[in-house]
Amino acid sequence: MSFFAITRATLEKDIRLEWRSKDAVNAMLFFALLVVVIFSFAFDPTAEESRRIAGGLIWVAFLFAAVVALNQTWARELRNQVLDAYRVSPAPANPLFLAKALGNFIFVAILEALMTPLFIVFFKLRALGETWDLLPIALLGTWALVVNGTFFAAMSLRTRSREIMLPLLLFPISVPALLGMVNATSAVLSGEYSPRVWIALLLAYDVVFTIACLYLFETVLEAE
Amino acid sequence: MKRGISILAVVTALLLSLALYEALIGAPTERTMGDVQRIFYYHVPSAWTAFLLFLINFIASIVYLIRRNPKTDILALVSAEVGVVFCTVVIVTGPIWARPVWGIWWAAGDIRLTTTLVLWLIYISYLVLRRFSTSGQTPVIAAVLAIFGALDVPLVYFSIWFFRTQHPSPVIGGGGSLDPRMAHVLLINWAAFLCLAWLVSWTRYRLEVVKREVEEAQALESLLEGSR
Repeated sequence: MSFFAITRATLEKDIRLEWRSKDAVNAMLFFALLVVVIFSFAFDPTAEESRRIAGGLIWVAFLFAAVVALNQTWARELRNQVLDAYRVSPAPANPLFLAKALGNFIFVAILEALMTPLFIVFFKLRALGETWDLLPIALLGTWALVVNGTFFAAMSLRTRSREIMLPLLLFPISVPALLGMVNATSAVLSGEYSPRVWIALLLAYDVVFTIACLYLFETVLEAE
Repeated sequence: MKRGISILAVVTALLLSLALYEALIGAPTERTMGDVQRIFYYHVPSAWTAFLLFLINFIASIVYLIRRNPKTDILALVSAEVGVVFCTVVIVTGPIWARPVWGIWWAAGDIRLTTTLVLWLIYISYLVLRRFSTSGQTPVIAAVLAIFGALDVPLVYFSIWFFRTQHPSPVIGGGGSLDPRMAHVLLINWAAFLCLAWLVSWTRYRLEVVKREVEEAQALESLLEGSR
């Protein structure tokens, strides 16, 4: 099988399993709803103030929700030793990683698409800058979280208290990406400055870490 | 080996005493900042030492992934541990100096401060990973994380660079020259700190080697007992 055939097969399998059980998506959605509601209580903002801090709030909420999803990435493969089977099969490691990262990307993107209207309602948001600039920011930002998150989830498979390990690894490395997402989003919402440098930073982050993940994933998979 | 450590310990003690004297009494008092500036002789050498140790960790991690030699893994572990200690000194002394000079404890927009903080966080997560890992493959996974951390450093640096252009930070004397006597004291302090770091790392390295030997011997023993 070719690289893309394996990627597609794994991705299709994951989506089909998720479609039938809807475990992760339901848990994530409810969690995200809770985060938005709690934020709306915790920060009782007027419209002008909320625009200034909304970029930060939105991405912190996405980050928390994404960690919930990312922690489930490999759980399914650990049951019944699927990962061991994959390891002894002649299939290369990278398609598996790519499929998992893309699957997470789709889940988190759906989640964001559903959470954003909630944020708009609760915080009365309206972009003063170019609204369409939010699309590349969301795509690049989500990939930045998901690509490293998938990788670190694989790294923390063989650690004690695996669930807590992932954010401990992911958050420090994600600092530049978070700065990029938050400032770019705030730039668009407030319209005070251009988000362009931040989008460039996100792009650089995505490129660097996608290459690093693909380069090192096989090492991590074999090390399990 | 043991003799080497003793000699190094004596040299370190002498250098540290000299450095302490020079920093507190020998060096001239700074005109505007006054005596607070003397913290500089601890802050800056600690930072240089920490960065050097993190660089050693990065190189050792790459070499480990290529050669898979346990010695380089121990080197990576030790340099990360000692580096975190020195980095902690940097992060603690920074605000002590900043409070009287800048008027604030912490400037989130300051590029060196924040980059150092993120670096510190990354290396703590590295040590936590090593502690929590249960497989025999801890060195491989830790080495991979070290490489990710090193790749992150330039990105952190540039992100804070952009951040600073929006959030003005306190002005630091970036330009301006250092009094030659101050530079002299700074170098003495750095030499002392390097010796200290070397001494601690070396001792820690020996300890880790012995620890692994003991673990191996115990594993072998229980294997032999099991087969009996």
